[in-house]
Amino acid sequence: MGSVFGNPFWFKLNSQREIMNTMTEQTQRKQEPEITPEVIADHGITPEEYSRIKEILGREPNFTELGIFSVMWSEHCSYKNSKPLLKTLPTSGPKVMVKAGEENAGCLDIGDGYAVVFKIESHNHPSAIEPFQGAATGLGGILRDIFTMGARPIMNMNSLRFGSLDTKEAKHLLKGVVAGVAHYGNCIGIPTVGGEIYFDESYSGNPLVNVMSMGLLKHEELSKGAATGVGNPIFYVGATTGRDGLGGAAFASKELTEESTEDRPAVQVGDPFKEKLLLEACLEVIKSGEIVGIQDMGAAGLTCSTCETASRGNSGVQIDLNKVPMRETGMIPYETMLSESQERMLIIGKKGKEKEVEAIFEKWDLHAVNIGEVCEGHMMRVFEGEKLVAEIPAKALADDGPIYIREEKEPEYLKETRAFDINTVKEPTDFNETLKKLMDVPSIASKSWIYEQYDHMVRTDSVYIPGHDAALVRIKGTNRGLAVSTDCNGLYCYLDPYEGAKIAVSEAARNVVCVGGHPIGVTDCLNFGNPMKPEIFWQFHQAIDGIKDACNAFDVPITGGNVSLYNENPSGAIYPTPTIGLVGVLPDIELRTPSAFQEQGDVIYLMGETFNEIGGSQYLAEVQGVRAGLPPKLDLEKEKQLYKAIHQSQQKKLLRSCHDLSDGGFAVALTECCFSESGKSLGAKLDSLGVFNEGEVRKDALLFGESQSRVIASCDPENVEALEVVLKETKVPFQKVGVVEGNRVQMDKLIDLPVSELEQIFRQAIPRRMETQS
Amino acid sequence: MKASVVVFPGSNCDTDCFNVLSSVMGMDTEFVWHKETQLNKTDLVVLPGGFSYGDYLRTGAIARFSPIMNEVISYAKKGGKVIGICNGFQILLESGLLPGAMLPNRSMKFICKPVWLRCENNDTAFTNKMNSGQLIQIPIAHGEGNYTADDDTIQKLKDENKIIFKYVSETGEEADCFNPNGSRESIAGIINDKGNILGMMPHPERVSEEILGGVDGKCIWESVLV
Repeated sequence: MGSVFGNPFWFKLNSQREIMNTMTEQTQRKQEPEITPEVIADHGITPEEYSRIKEILGREPNFTELGIFSVMWSEHCSYKNSKPLLKTLPTSGPKVMVKAGEENAGCLDIGDGYAVVFKIESHNHPSAIEPFQGAATGLGGILRDIFTMGARPIMNMNSLRFGSLDTKEAKHLLKGVVAGVAHYGNCIGIPTVGGEIYFDESYSGNPLVNVMSMGLLKHEELSKGAATGVGNPIFYVGATTGRDGLGGAAFASKELTEESTEDRPAVQVGDPFKEKLLLEACLEVIKSGEIVGIQDMGAAGLTCSTCETASRGNSGVQIDLNKVPMRETGMIPYETMLSESQERMLIIGKKGKEKEVEAIFEKWDLHAVNIGEVCEGHMMRVFEGEKLVAEIPAKALADDGPIYIREEKEPEYLKETRAFDINTVKEPTDFNETLKKLMDVPSIASKSWIYEQYDHMVRTDSVYIPGHDAALVRIKGTNRGLAVSTDCNGLYCYLDPYEGAKIAVSEAARNVVCVGGHPIGVTDCLNFGNPMKPEIFWQFHQAIDGIKDACNAFDVPITGGNVSLYNENPSGAIYPTPTIGLVGVLPDIELRTPSAFQEQGDVIYLMGETFNEIGGSQYLAEVQGVRAGLPPKLDLEKEKQLYKAIHQSQQKKLLRSCHDLSDGGFAVALTECCFSESGKSLGAKLDSLGVFNEGEVRKDALLFGESQSRVIASCDPENVEALEVVLKETKVPFQKVGVVEGNRVQMDKLIDLPVSELEQIFRQAIPRRMETQS
Repeated sequence: MKASVVVFPGSNCDTDCFNVLSSVMGMDTEFVWHKETQLNKTDLVVLPGGFSYGDYLRTGAIARFSPIMNEVISYAKKGGKVIGICNGFQILLESGLLPGAMLPNRSMKFICKPVWLRCENNDTAFTNKMNSGQLIQIPIAHGEGNYTADDDTIQKLKDENKIIFKYVSETGEEADCFNPNGSRESIAGIINDKGNILGMMPHPERVSEEILGGVDGKCIWESVLV
């Protein structure tokens, strides 16, 4: 055990087993340390922040209060370094029922009396230390954000980043993270219907685990997390409180170091069965109308849920820690208030309706314990029996945290990466080999090793399962569908964070449009390095601008999300990775379009223009070994025209398939169109490669460049004329490139390979690596 | 025709089964809460998939002690039709209504994907709408579907034609590489002596509507309706 007085994480529990053991052990109650400058610094509180705390309280804080401030003013809870920039993002719109930041998650109207609640969140640091529980509890946390709004979660996605899959570390992390998501999501019975994954050295030692969840509700079922009505009871429901996850929010807000594995107690342990009970009971109690508010205990647990509900309700609250159900003995108020034990909720009941609430939780074998009440004033008062152990104005914690505008500076590395000259790269002599190599790149290859471990079909709403451009779920009892995609190319963002972030939004939207969806909203998970470094803050600012411009162009609001800073490992920051989760509605699900070719003889079209761009491409990185250049340029107006063309073609039922071009460019996308999950793979014969400016575009850029705003579509020969009319009217450049035919991929005279060979490489790339040690 | 879907606290395919039975097959369907001690008059009891009680101990091991299971057992012993799907199959094994036990999948991983099944016996209340040897594609989604039993039990199942579904290839070939979980004899589903209790790992409720990519699961419900 380290110095009790020097480190807020002094409760070293080295394994889950040890945590389990403490459930039966009697633990000695810790002595509260005195507040010294070291203790303050260890809580991540600056001297200026400490002065503000004293100003707010009109006195010195005690140890419990210091802990409360430290978690509520951490980046994770307060967004102190990101708020001014986040405020520039568009958040309003006619469909917005709950705006970003107002509640646990944003809410959008989707018509027919239904609404959706969705949000993406990171669990990067916990997953780096303990991948299985880190990923599992990340999913658990986001699910509570959804059902606390009264919505039933209907689907999950995850966006993952690891180091090279040829390393032992990445294999270990991938295995653990996937098993953790599977453990939690499969048990609770919410399908994981899609996501995306990249492997790149940049994420070595600091993987990204971003999980998104979406829930569905009827308008009248929307519930809020506000504590109102003086005298109303406050219930604690769900799992008992222990020392697990102590200080998790603060842990998420610092850089990972060699010693971070010592922080393992800051990783929580999940119980999906308990969460399932909690989900059902909470939705039932919300429907009953017998409560006024509900809030999950996520980051900063009891602290965050009490002060946020009070702040939203313009009320005071008081709770008695002696009534909180505990799983360990001897916990001091500091520990109880900061615990991040999972599967817990706070409910604001109605005075006189206590019995009704208790009965609903009883039915699900859970206990609703009355731990306090809503009060006059604006204070959060925490008692331990008769003793007042913390007294802080709720608003000061929830809304009045410090705000910083950090210094910005363009990073030096960009001078070098921008200087990249395409002429220094020699074109391959054998394009067959290049294509085979790209199909074997784990970031491009089939992700079935991952999604086959996820139950992606439970709830029987999954119309398009992983492998399509976007996931598509139906809404039973309506003709509607919901399409969702998560996207972000970190390498693009590294080379140009503005353009990269703009592309992330556009690619997500394009994926959703390809399957037939109309984009309605975006949630973002902003993964960056240490914001105190001016170069990192510059990246952050640029990326926010990119997201803002793209969202404004497509008229889609940001409905919420998560900021994850301090993503660094001992060798530096990760690629800036603003992961975008975008949701679209299909008013008529019968107009959906699959990604893969469907029929022999169909005509293949390339929509959009191809430029002489290879900067930031997978081809340049993986085949040529160069991570440089500028990412492809994206013109938002052209992108919008493309959506218009696709939607009109879908409306007229002219498309048999539609697939977005992204990593690996045209050749990879065309090859993917030939694969089918049902085993009926088809071939493609192309006479042309869709060149618009012959001579100006190199062959490698033509085949593997990643020019934006392009899709490959196929169409019944009978509909060729009608499709071309739509494309001309919408002014989208297009070229008829070939036909669906045979069982080979033939591209002009450059590529000629059997589909089966390419498919074998594509399907085996990840399993092959996972099966080999080292 | 009336159907009852038992709901354990951790069931998660209960609403999926309910939806197919009522909306697709038009049966008069009701949920039965696991704490109930009585089963209303019914023509079919479904034990749906999920993680009945979290299944941290052994799949289905605690569910058998549920109050409703006494009723299900006595209903089954009187000849009532019971189908257990996935976790429901595991519960049937744990409660002794079907012989054998489940081991974790041989890959030690949860597997969710469509698999091909061959109908080994179409002379049952659950398969009479199928042809003998008919191939159907139905998804599995489980971590513990590796069926096992002692040699005598396996021999008896074979001799008496109680193996209903086997994992095979798309062309009906039985081989180890087409067996997703390592189950003995490639067993995907078995029936009891009297022919009124079927347990199967694959999920027919997931392929009973065109929009979900197939309707191969429907023949089971259609057989029950005969």
